[in-house]
Amino acid sequence: MARAARRRLRNSLMKALCGGCAVASAALVLVLLGYVFVKGIGYVNLEFLTALPRPLGESGGGMVQSFVGSLVLVALASAWAVAIGIGAGIFLAEYGSPRVCEVVRLIADVLAGLPSIVIGIFGYTLIVRPMGTFSALAGAFALGVIMLPIVARTTEESLRLVPGDLEEAALALGAPRWRAVLQVVLPAASAGVTTGVILAVARIAGETAPLIFTALGNRFWSNGLTSPIAALTLDIFQYAISPYEQWHQQAWAASFFLLVTVLTLNVVVRLVAGRVAAR
Amino acid sequence: MQQPVTRVEPSADDTVSEPPESLALALRTEGLSAWYGSHLAIRDINLNVRPNQVTAMIGPSGCGKSTALRCLNRMHEVIRGARVAGRVLLDEQDIYAPDVDPVRVRQRIGMVFQKPNPFPMMSIYDNVIAGLKLTGESKHAALGERVERCLRAVALWDEVKDKLRQSGASLSGGQQQRLCIARALAVEPEVVLMDEPCSALDPIATYKIEELVDELKERYTIVIVTHNMQQASRVSDYTAFFLAGDDRVGELVEYGPTQRLFTNPQDKRTEDYITGRFG
Repeated sequence: MARAARRRLRNSLMKALCGGCAVASAALVLVLLGYVFVKGIGYVNLEFLTALPRPLGESGGGMVQSFVGSLVLVALASAWAVAIGIGAGIFLAEYGSPRVCEVVRLIADVLAGLPSIVIGIFGYTLIVRPMGTFSALAGAFALGVIMLPIVARTTEESLRLVPGDLEEAALALGAPRWRAVLQVVLPAASAGVTTGVILAVARIAGETAPLIFTALGNRFWSNGLTSPIAALTLDIFQYAISPYEQWHQQAWAASFFLLVTVLTLNVVVRLVAGRVAAR
Repeated sequence: MQQPVTRVEPSADDTVSEPPESLALALRTEGLSAWYGSHLAIRDINLNVRPNQVTAMIGPSGCGKSTALRCLNRMHEVIRGARVAGRVLLDEQDIYAPDVDPVRVRQRIGMVFQKPNPFPMMSIYDNVIAGLKLTGESKHAALGERVERCLRAVALWDEVKDKLRQSGASLSGGQQQRLCIARALAVEPEVVLMDEPCSALDPIATYKIEELVDELKERYTIVIVTHNMQQASRVSDYTAFFLAGDDRVGELVEYGPTQRLFTNPQDKRTEDYITGRFG
């Protein structure tokens, strides 16, 4: 009888321990989110979102050039990385021989694991040095390199999930292979591909290191795509390590805004993925 | 591939009520063999499919009848590592000749599969003309007329005419299969191949499809694979009996008019199969 009681005790202990770990993990995230929300929400106002920075000492001012700069960088990075990533994903799912695909997948996984600061230095050497200037283009290149393997792999996975008889039906109607893939299989996988793109965007929205050596940052409106451009993450970095309280407040506000954006993107991804699974 | 002399184009003032003229052609195989990689699946098939007739291919599971069917419209070679030898003559022109485009062959020899596979992200209307869009022919006018004509031909028009914009996947199994047949007919093939089209359907839907096959032979040549002997005797004019020997290679054992094959088979193996001694 005592053995059974001991066993029950140990079962409860184990359950409590694992439960404690789960609670601790969740608490960590909630504390982090809560802290940033509490610190930052007070300073988010219309002026913060729409005005340019004011000189130190003057109150007010905002980071509008950083909001726009981040948008520009993400848009440019997506423009090239999504196109090439989807193409690579289609190759992996439809055209590659098993051997070649293994190699390509390995390379993509290695790329996905590279430290982002190294990608930034790579962008500096490849684009900033020859161009002679820091630029939005260089920043978009570095961010795109991070996006590329994510888009390629999720595109491949989504295409593989499409039932094979759809492509078969298209081929049997007399469609050339490229039309069957582009007009039947890819649209059928569109939800999954979109999820992959949103995930990749959420990833690069919060990247700082690659932009340090490529986009540089800017306290004013950028002079075009071949000039240094501001980004939200860069401003958080520079404001936070500064000795000025006013800048700290703006860094908290920017952090709050960034966190809300990334959270929203992740929630959207969950919803889209849920709808796909239900179908 | 050159147009055979016997192909008839629908007349310009073709209204929906007039029965169109027949497109059917003869299809003949000479020494047809097919491999999956190094495994020989069917050997030396010599089959003579007559125009405007329904030819059934029967035999136990694994006898190679589906493989043989897929060789008739060059769908077998779509599988990685699959290979075909021998000749298949559509109106006395070899579809496996080196200068023949397989895509063009599949536009002339259509196929309906065992599991209904309408394109889920397209409406019923778009599903019917999918074959035209996928072959780049959708620019010519009168698409709406063709949709109506094909849906009427499969007895689906009255059931779906008010919901043409709904998804193809919103129909019942039997309706989906008729939609797939309409989709195959919209490309105006000369031969229609059907790979066990009723095995995923209930008896009433099966009966409707069998009625449809009987009507369709007025205009097309039909080849139907079925594992249901009663269906073969109901629906077909000619029957081909396939069997895999001890070496697991499929062969054509007997071929002849359906009534004769079922009442007075020439080969003992045929007799054993139709009387249920195996299979």
